[in-house]
Amino acid sequence: MSMTMTEAETHKGFIDVRDMGVTFGANDNKVVAVDNVSLNVQPGEFVSLIGPSGCGKSTLLSIVAGFVKPTRGEALLDGKAITKPGSDRGVVFQQYSLFPWLSVRKNVEFGLKMAGVEQSKRNTTARALLDLAGLLSFENHYPDQLSGGMKQRIGIVRALATSPQVLLMDEPFGALDTQTRVVMQEILTNIWQQFRISVLFITHDIEESIFLSDRIYVMTARPGRIKAVIKVPLPRPRTAEMTDTPEFMNLVQELKGLIREESLAAMAPEIKDRGLSGFGMKVGPKGVGEIF
Amino acid sequence: MGSTATAKIVALPMVDKHADPEPVETKASAAQMSAAEIQVPEPEPIPTVSLTKVFLGLLGYVTRERMITALLACISIGALFLFWYLGTKYRLEFYIRFKNVPTPYEVYQQLTQVGLSNKYLFNIAMSVRRILLGFMIATIIGVPLGLAIGKYERVRDFFMPVVEIMRPIPAIAWVPMSIMLWPNNEASIVFITFIGAFFPILLNTIHGVHSLDGVLVRAARCLGASEIRLFMNVILPGSLPHIFTGLAVGMGVAWVSLIAAEMISGQFGVGYFTWEAYSLVDYPAIVLGMITIGVLGLACSGIIRMVGVLLMPWLAFAPGGRR
Ligand SMILES: Nc1ncnc2c1ncn2[C@@H]1O[C@H](COP(=O)(O)OP(=O)(O)O)[C@@H](O)[C@H]1O
Ligand SMILES: [Mg+2]
Repeated sequence: MSMTMTEAETHKGFIDVRDMGVTFGANDNKVVAVDNVSLNVQPGEFVSLIGPSGCGKSTLLSIVAGFVKPTRGEALLDGKAITKPGSDRGVVFQQYSLFPWLSVRKNVEFGLKMAGVEQSKRNTTARALLDLAGLLSFENHYPDQLSGGMKQRIGIVRALATSPQVLLMDEPFGALDTQTRVVMQEILTNIWQQFRISVLFITHDIEESIFLSDRIYVMTARPGRIKAVIKVPLPRPRTAEMTDTPEFMNLVQELKGLIREESLAAMAPEIKDRGLSGFGMKVGPKGVGEIF
Repeated sequence: MGSTATAKIVALPMVDKHADPEPVETKASAAQMSAAEIQVPEPEPIPTVSLTKVFLGLLGYVTRERMITALLACISIGALFLFWYLGTKYRLEFYIRFKNVPTPYEVYQQLTQVGLSNKYLFNIAMSVRRILLGFMIATIIGVPLGLAIGKYERVRDFFMPVVEIMRPIPAIAWVPMSIMLWPNNEASIVFITFIGAFFPILLNTIHGVHSLDGVLVRAARCLGASEIRLFMNVILPGSLPHIFTGLAVGMGVAWVSLIAAEMISGQFGVGYFTWEAYSLVDYPAIVLGMITIGVLGLACSGIIRMVGVLLMPWLAFAPGGRR
């Protein structure tokens, strides 16, 4: 992997998913959500998981988070099987998940409070993290007073407060508008740059995955399998300007090509057979990456 | 592609350095970049000033709004009194009969004569005591039980059949049974008050747990919350708005039940006072008793609402505002 030995020794947070299979329901309404997936996140690595809607990305993340038990295979964190949720894995959800009855600072303190950390220490840590998120002046506000982007930033630092070894993010910027999204991606790289913990990031946005990641796993349509793994050789720290470089553009094209087939497969089989033009839709030179 | 290429050259010659394969170079530029990155202006404009402006505007709006509210309240209560006054003044007889109904003035006189007597105040004190006891017991049992039923399927399976059978029985129907069950009159009245308050509190608490967003529970679990802490720090505060709805409704039903119980089996209490006045053909006292009940009920639900506002300040900002 793209990390040195010293990093491997000092950092923990090695996620190893092996031959994972997940089936929901039984008999007639049986749904194979994930089929035979193996993936890993090296200590300190930023890995994205990209794939069409319904291919089992959230299911996979839920397993690593400890909410869902796999039907087959196993998920390991630093060699130990994951059985239940825990503060060694920070999770950021797509839906805003701040506690509306707690102030912004109390939200960030939550994990520390659960761990029995004393009030003054909690306070200091939370304030430092809020400062990092650029939201210190909002520490006494309630979540309902904030915009979506602010809420997600707080969600991120709240997940980091307990110093987890890994951060799991399920389309955290999916509900945000494009401008806010781009800004959030920059903020996230900045924060990650400081913590350097392992991240498993789910998205369906190609540019987002390239901009943030060291590696990208591309999943197939349901049942979700790993279709390809792409390395992102862009240097760090990443900046917004890099998205205009040829390297970046090439990666976008490569991913779009991979994903095009899958987004077609994710739709009804007739569409796949006839092609989009059969439905009066124009498939432009960019392909159908936008659908996705 | 062409336009982006030119944009690249114009905007950032640094980008080429990044493409440089030599690691030493990359590191140097990385340091430069991080310095540059910190200077990236906060891109999401935070409308602090305009927010306060909006808030002030809102405040003005609210006071104006409140004045209208108060005005309408005065008009509606005034209309009620006017109807009463006119009805008794002209001894209205149009299906409903105002023949024996005391005038507002007679009731006022009653208040000044009886109103501050020990007997009257004692009756009030007795009723309030019964309400507080019955309501408190209903809260202490109803809220935790509701949380448990809402959270655990097995607890729900066990308790809900009994709840479903008991719920349709109105508290008043419990009066004979209550007299048989409890050793004294006082306990049986408190029990009936408890029954009245209990079901609204229980059912609203259950509803509160069910309407709690599951992602909050998952978030808490990820942040290391144990089962007990999850209850105290997430499920309870998350259900609190619904619990308070239950408390307000429960308080109303508690008063209804209390007055009925006092009228049927009571000694002392405002319900007893009103019924006794009827037996003694003391018409002004009947109305005084009724008004007393109304005012006490209003005061109690007012207190609950106030405690709710103090305990749940975040609701002021919740989408859709308070309520
Ligand atoms: N709890 C569940 N019960 C039944 N089916 C589920 C459940 N969770 C997810 N699924 C199904 O599994 C598939 C994958 O879901 P999900 O992991 O949410 O996909 P993604 O996040 O990639 O959009 C979907 O078809 C979904 O309907
Ligand atoms: Mg999903």
